[in-house]
Amino acid sequence: MSAITLTVNGRSHTLDVDLTTPLLYVLSDDLELRGPKFGCGLAQCGACTVIAGGRAIRSCVTPVGTMDAADIITLEGLGTAEKPHPIQRAFIDEQATQCGFCLSGVILTAKALLDENPKATDEQMRQAMSTVLCRCFAHVRMLRAIKRYAREAGV
Amino acid sequence: MRKRPAAADPPTLTTDALAALNRSGLSRRDFVKGAGVLIVGFSVARASRILASGPAAAQNLGVSGDQLDSWIAIGDDGRVIAYTGKCELGQGLYTAQTQLIAEELAVPFDHVTLIQCDTALTPDQGTTSGSQSHPANFNTSNLAQAGATAREALLRLAAERLQVPVEQLTVENGVISVRTDPSRSVGYGALVGGKKFSLQLDSGAKRKHPSEWRVLGKAVPRSEIPALVAGRFEFVHNVRVPGMLHGRVVRPPVVGATLVSVDERSVGDLPGLVKVVVKNDFVGVVAEKPWQAIQATRKLACKWSSGLGLPSHGDFHEQLRHQTPTRDTLVVDSKDVDETLARAASVLSATYRYPYQMHGSVGSSCAVADVQGRKATIWSATQAVHPLRQTAAMILGVSPQEVRIIFKMGSGCYGINGADTVSYDAALLSQAVGRAVRVQLTRRDEMAWENYGYAYVIDQRVGVDTQGRILAWDHEAWYPTLGSRPRSGTPGNVVTGFLAGFKPAVFTPRMPAPDPRGAYRNRSNAAPSYVAGCVGGRCGGTGTVKSERVLTHNVRSPFFTGPLRSPSRLQNTFAHESVMDEVAAQVGADPVAFRLDHLSDPRLIEVLKAVAQKANWDTRPSPRQGIARSGVAAGRGIACVLYEGDNGYCALATQVEVDQDTGAVAVKRLVAGMDCGPISNPDGLRNQIEGGTLQGMSRALLEEVTWDEEKVTSVDWQTYASLPLGFEVPEMETILINRADVEAMGAGETTITLAAAAIGNAIFDATGARIREVPFTRERVKEALASRAAQSSGG
Repeated sequence: MSAITLTVNGRSHTLDVDLTTPLLYVLSDDLELRGPKFGCGLAQCGACTVIAGGRAIRSCVTPVGTMDAADIITLEGLGTAEKPHPIQRAFIDEQATQCGFCLSGVILTAKALLDENPKATDEQMRQAMSTVLCRCFAHVRMLRAIKRYAREAGV
Repeated sequence: MRKRPAAADPPTLTTDALAALNRSGLSRRDFVKGAGVLIVGFSVARASRILASGPAAAQNLGVSGDQLDSWIAIGDDGRVIAYTGKCELGQGLYTAQTQLIAEELAVPFDHVTLIQCDTALTPDQGTTSGSQSHPANFNTSNLAQAGATAREALLRLAAERLQVPVEQLTVENGVISVRTDPSRSVGYGALVGGKKFSLQLDSGAKRKHPSEWRVLGKAVPRSEIPALVAGRFEFVHNVRVPGMLHGRVVRPPVVGATLVSVDERSVGDLPGLVKVVVKNDFVGVVAEKPWQAIQATRKLACKWSSGLGLPSHGDFHEQLRHQTPTRDTLVVDSKDVDETLARAASVLSATYRYPYQMHGSVGSSCAVADVQGRKATIWSATQAVHPLRQTAAMILGVSPQEVRIIFKMGSGCYGINGADTVSYDAALLSQAVGRAVRVQLTRRDEMAWENYGYAYVIDQRVGVDTQGRILAWDHEAWYPTLGSRPRSGTPGNVVTGFLAGFKPAVFTPRMPAPDPRGAYRNRSNAAPSYVAGCVGGRCGGTGTVKSERVLTHNVRSPFFTGPLRSPSRLQNTFAHESVMDEVAAQVGADPVAFRLDHLSDPRLIEVLKAVAQKANWDTRPSPRQGIARSGVAAGRGIACVLYEGDNGYCALATQVEVDQDTGAVAVKRLVAGMDCGPISNPDGLRNQIEGGTLQGMSRALLEEVTWDEEKVTSVDWQTYASLPLGFEVPEMETILINRADVEAMGAGETTITLAAAAIGNAIFDATGARIREVPFTRERVKEALASRAAQSSGG
């Protein structure tokens, strides 16, 4: 066990953890955050996605020891149910989910891409989403919500 | 004396549930203890007994084992709490049921608190499955009828209070007033006052007609979505109980292996390890932290026997035909099928194959259990809280009355995923350590051991006359099963129960099949839509073909199986709607027109016509003329069905492009139509249709469970494919046919039933190649294209 300081959603946390622990477990069990979720533990589905240093990463395969000093944003770091971030607002407006378990992967992957490239093409979006899974297949609405966000907030 | 932490005051509510109840200002217990309340239940006697026995009994409501039978309670502040045994699984049912109660009681949507699926609080409504929630709760029984009962009772109370006949009253926003003089009014809260009313569900109470609806029937946004998108929603995965530990399980390495020994010393030095737990072939570990538990399961030295060996994957379907013993069922048998086929102008014979597929929830299954002595509380994403209470009690060796199951939403399940089995895992581990334990399965454990959707091999023979009309239809199917949803007495229907020493439900051979008796049932759409469905002289089918035989053979499966969205209905409909297309092509008929010619049910006819029209259906026989033998070919396909023979009319048109050089299939457009009676929430219905259709597309194009000589090899998302967000999503249109004067039907499993057939039919239209096996992989498409070439050059 070693001490590490993590900055998550703008708050600093000093924790005593095994540095090989994947970041996901620290976020969901030590910090009790609900956004990032365990889906596969293999970086294949996206449910554990967080944004670190502006990039969407898979927290299930990222050892927490590599995250010292990184600025981590989880799904709950964007906004709240009452005051959602514009991309969250777009998902509410489009009713773009069913069970919602996959939303960290869907929303944060899209946001990271659009933050970096507000004019991302459909092909670039497809590429970014090529390993993001939603097994309820709410794809039609999710892609509509992402486009809505890009249109309304990206310009 | 050591103070016992709140075990007696059961760990009944999670932080969120408590917060929700606090926000509503009421709980069921408060109602019962409180000054005034109106309760609608099944029986006056039971509700009165609960009321009469006072606060002490009310306190114990959760653990006393009382069969709970109340549906609605209205407090003397006018607030409404409704109790339902049908749960939110991501399909929007929580919102729709809240709309239903708000509508029947004429109160604003946000004045209703809905309590769902908790064995201590809600009625036993079995399983939330099979598109049965609307038929159960939205017609003239159960939740809907309780709402009507309460409204009529309140109107009678108001008539007395205001001294006017009920007919002169009107009700809005929980206030009843005199139609001609709105100043004379009284609110629900005042009517309840300090008194206690206990009403029996009145089957004569009149439901509001859909033409009067103000809340129901509207696209009310789903209650959970703001919390879901903000990462605040409490899934079962997020349940945290004070002092909770983390467990993981170790499954056998191959199918049929039994445990020989466990060397606990192999993990003796691991930090945080609390206990290694073994019960028969069940092995698990409990640790302080999840990462510690994971490392312990990786390091734990277990010795297993060799497995049973598995049948070869390559010719599995052919083996099914020869497997004994079988359990045979005749769905219909007009006793003249062989003769009719013998005199038919031509007979088309074709065999269709369907693989095992998995639920593959995106989040692996999770549960939290707190077993203290003989009492247990389990937070579970099960679709069946009351049945799970019975079987979890068996697993733990305690009385069902001592077990409380609290539903918390999990990752979308689409049938029996790992939710029940992981509930047993958590229960066993918690019992072994006497503390609350959370277990989440690994991806491999979820996928390698879940209850798969059934594989099928289906032979079809369809005979036509010289005019091209179908004379006779003969259907024979084989499908393997093992286990299923755990019911009373069968926790061994899922892997953990089996490993812990319980047997799966007994397989009872039956050969030959007895003649069909009683009322016609199409038995999971085993009977095609185009047969008359006659049993004992009465016909209940949706079609016109009178010479009909439908025979099914159930055999034993090497893997656990269970309901997967549209169980058997999808497999059967793939075969029926494909062969219908083949026959239409054989007689040179347009696929839509040919279907219409053989249907008798006006609602199925209407939805099929509506979809064809919306899709700008090009009326002509398939395949299209002038197909080039290479490059990209485009075509259209159709399919329709009355789900389960009585629960949702639907049709689906597809447009596809087939790259004939690579075998890749791209679905370009989907037009889905649905008639499920009066629509509760049109946006929720569209969401179900869109998701179901695309899920059906993923299953049709990609999904198949594979295995080697001893174990399942589909264990992650690289070995079991699913269409990601990044695929080219087709244009999708939905048509909703809203009907006021019929019963509500199901919608969750309807259009998924059609996707494989409608896509396969479009591939045929585009290329002239028929694919009779799901999934339509590139290899299979290329094979079918090659055999098309061989056929045309040979003949």
